[in-house]
Amino acid sequence: MSTTVTPPPRKVNRIGLDVLSYKGGKTTLCAGCGHNSISERVIECFYELGVEPWMVTKFSGIGCSSKSPAYFLNLAHGFNGVHGRMPSVATGAMLANRRILAIGVSGDGDTASIGIGQFMHLLRRNLPLIYIIENNGVYGLTKGQFSATADLGSKLKTGVINDQPPFDCCALALEWGATFVARSFSGDKKQLQAILKAAISHRGLSVIDVISPCTTFNDHEGSTKSYAYMKDHDEPVNEVDFVPHFEDISVEIPEGGVQDVRMHDGSLLRIKKLGRDFDPTDKLRSLTELHQAQQRGEVITGVLFVDTGKPDFHDMLHMVEEPLATLPESRVRPPKAVLDQLMEELR
Amino acid sequence: MSTTLVAPGEQSAGESDRRIINDFSIQVATVNGSGSQTANTVLMRSIFQMGIPVSGKNMFPSNIAGLPTWFTIRASRHGFVGRKKEVDFLVAMNAETAQEDVRKLDSGAAVVYDAPLGLNQIRSDLHFYPVPFDKLVGPVCPEAKLRKLVRNMIYDGVMANLLGIEMEEIGKALYKQFGARKAKAADLNMGACRAGYDYAAQHFTKTDPFRVERMNSTAGKIIIDGNSACALGAMFAGVTVVTWYPITPSSSLVESLIGYLKRCRIDRETGRATYAVVQAEDELASIGMAIGAGWAGARSMTATAGPGISLMAEFIGLGYYAECPTVIVDVQRVGPSTGLPTRTAQGDLLFCATLSHGDTRHPMLFPSNPEECFAMTMEAFNLAERFQTPVFVITDLDLGMNNWMAEPFAYPDKPIERGKVLSAADLERLGGFARYQDVDGDGVGYRTLPAATSHPQAAYFTRGSGHNAKAQYSEREDDYIQNMDRLAHKFESIRGAVAPPVADYNSRAAIGLVCCGTSNWAADESRFQLRDEYQFETSYLRLLAYPFNRDLVDFIRRHERVYVIDQNRDGQLLQLMRLDLDPAELAKLRSVRYYGGLPLDARTLTDEIVRQEGL
Repeated sequence: MSTTVTPPPRKVNRIGLDVLSYKGGKTTLCAGCGHNSISERVIECFYELGVEPWMVTKFSGIGCSSKSPAYFLNLAHGFNGVHGRMPSVATGAMLANRRILAIGVSGDGDTASIGIGQFMHLLRRNLPLIYIIENNGVYGLTKGQFSATADLGSKLKTGVINDQPPFDCCALALEWGATFVARSFSGDKKQLQAILKAAISHRGLSVIDVISPCTTFNDHEGSTKSYAYMKDHDEPVNEVDFVPHFEDISVEIPEGGVQDVRMHDGSLLRIKKLGRDFDPTDKLRSLTELHQAQQRGEVITGVLFVDTGKPDFHDMLHMVEEPLATLPESRVRPPKAVLDQLMEELR
Repeated sequence: MSTTLVAPGEQSAGESDRRIINDFSIQVATVNGSGSQTANTVLMRSIFQMGIPVSGKNMFPSNIAGLPTWFTIRASRHGFVGRKKEVDFLVAMNAETAQEDVRKLDSGAAVVYDAPLGLNQIRSDLHFYPVPFDKLVGPVCPEAKLRKLVRNMIYDGVMANLLGIEMEEIGKALYKQFGARKAKAADLNMGACRAGYDYAAQHFTKTDPFRVERMNSTAGKIIIDGNSACALGAMFAGVTVVTWYPITPSSSLVESLIGYLKRCRIDRETGRATYAVVQAEDELASIGMAIGAGWAGARSMTATAGPGISLMAEFIGLGYYAECPTVIVDVQRVGPSTGLPTRTAQGDLLFCATLSHGDTRHPMLFPSNPEECFAMTMEAFNLAERFQTPVFVITDLDLGMNNWMAEPFAYPDKPIERGKVLSAADLERLGGFARYQDVDGDGVGYRTLPAATSHPQAAYFTRGSGHNAKAQYSEREDDYIQNMDRLAHKFESIRGAVAPPVADYNSRAAIGLVCCGTSNWAADESRFQLRDEYQFETSYLRLLAYPFNRDLVDFIRRHERVYVIDQNRDGQLLQLMRLDLDPAELAKLRSVRYYGGLPLDARTLTDEIVRQEGL
């Protein structure tokens, strides 16, 4: 006699995949590292949106942050490039195949120091890449040196005080042309999820600067990138809701202070104002807010800027719709008559 | 030699009998930015159209306007198109350099010069032809601001008259140069040319021996620079992603390519490009993009020069270890920073062969003429994808930026090789794959392409050296060693796949010459000089690719001494051989080096071999 045990129905998303299909390898980062929380959000977002993981490609540079793509989406290709130069690898790969849904993970050292040049030019091109900066203010993998996003006066574990002013990657991204800019905190699950989902739906470059504390080298008293500091100084400028295109979009419109942004794929980004008068479609206003917040010692988070109308890099280059990588020979090698004509002109 | 100053209407004695037909060099000395390029190209082309083998070399400063520049045209009935060391005919248009230019000439040379320069006062052993350019240009060019440009065409007319170049051919070359859309400008220039011709006809009696006579050695040939030839090779290779950063002398390669792609690679139905060209922010980015694109399945390339190669070092090392196909065309030039960026050299051979830290080896192809620029650039894409590695095409400024005669390029007779790429159906059948597993014994694994191989088992994680055969992160000693050995084995497979050298064995020769790239032209002519002047026979081996194969070893074994020709100070080609050859073979090698920034000439080579051989 046998008993049949019916397993509980497997929970799957809209394309029939379970959440395991979105997991990565086991993390080798420190316990409590903010980066691990971000990886979890990435897994949840791609799972919940029902994205085919094999259409996603992960890019990163060098550093603790750049290791994290190995810890989510095992079914997606990944490229761990050289220090600070993830943008160029991503650019090349995305030109080869414009169907790639690209997510890049970088750190504050990788982006704001060695990679600042590539970061700037990436922004100029509006490449449809999700660019996450896992920002902890220190170089973790080389054991705790200040990065260029460390705040003035912030203290290292060794007692060294940072005497150089920081780069604000969000302000720079705004200035240099990003079409989606957000700041979040690895400890704010709800906000980060909504922002990530909006970035996945955005056609253009999304810069998400996530304050992601380094528990080993920068989570102490005197650090401005610690969990405790963020809990005290995190000032969300808005509350973000994301309604994916495949869900009932006719959500109830709450009273006043709400801005709806229709994303390229039809999804809805609902931005609810919180206290202050903040408009994420007004670039100059956002820049002003960022500067003022810095003076007040606040870290403003939320969607800081969104512009869904700019052409992306593929449009700028006027490329064919199909991936260049798989165009057949007949479309990439001109016929003999063309060579003969060119030769004739050179006689 | 008698004084050969030619005053109007006067003839010097004893010179008219000696005639040197289709074997001389003309040097035109002008000021950069004065618009002499058209006049020089027309002069060169008209000699070419008369069936005479010809070559043109531009020696220009790193400057847009105002500094001296020299253009050398060589006519050679023997077909020698390398640089000729001696200048036979000087056209002195630049007041600043004229005196020194004249002093450097060998006795018996001829000089056309701007009359006010009074160059005939300097020497008495040359043939002088003073031309009042300013007086002549006024009547043919009423618009004063165009005179500076049109003025140069006058010397084409003077030279046509003195050398016997047919004016019809000058006209043909000139109208070809301007094209149908600029017919008015062409007419204006042709008028200046005629004024020069007529002036020479009325005022000079020819005393120098240099003349052209119609031949039939250029029929069917084309004239093209190596950069354009590489660009065409890339286009017919089916290049899809081109990333670059402007740098002399490679910029014109990509600029030509952009022109060709716009013309020939726009999808008819949609009007969209079947390619992407990106001018990157620097060479760090251009190579990163090229590697990313190659990794994702594009036929990608970049073109650069030595300073760019320096910046690309780290990424190309990653390309080697992560096994990403891409093509890098290195148009070599002299050294870093300012100095001689517009002069030629073969200075990147050693650097490119082992570029990056760690153990790295890269294949290199060495074209020496436009036909090879075309064919080898095309082949580089096949090698890159077949062996999943960055491949260099190594040219130089002399080949890349100068105009060369060439046979029309042959259309590729084999299809594009895309290498080992697994499809979703393959993965379904195989049930998965191990990215770095040497399945076929050639050291080359199978790969999948992101978002193109749509399959749950397609993905793998790409990183540098620390991985096992399944592309999993590993710092294990055995995994690392296995991977390194497989990469070494792959390089051996490449050795068997690249083109073997071109050999010319001479059974009477005890010594051999070996070179690569543009050294070919000096080597070819030097062998002629050694035979003609010293009755000294040589064999010859021209390397077409690195890694070198057995043919090089055989060549060395069959000769007592082998001269390795280098256009660099440290004998880089010879040093590269040291990595492969055994001591007995190495002991036979001698080094001949030139590193002055000009294209290597035969006389320099001959003199050095004669010195070392004690002839």
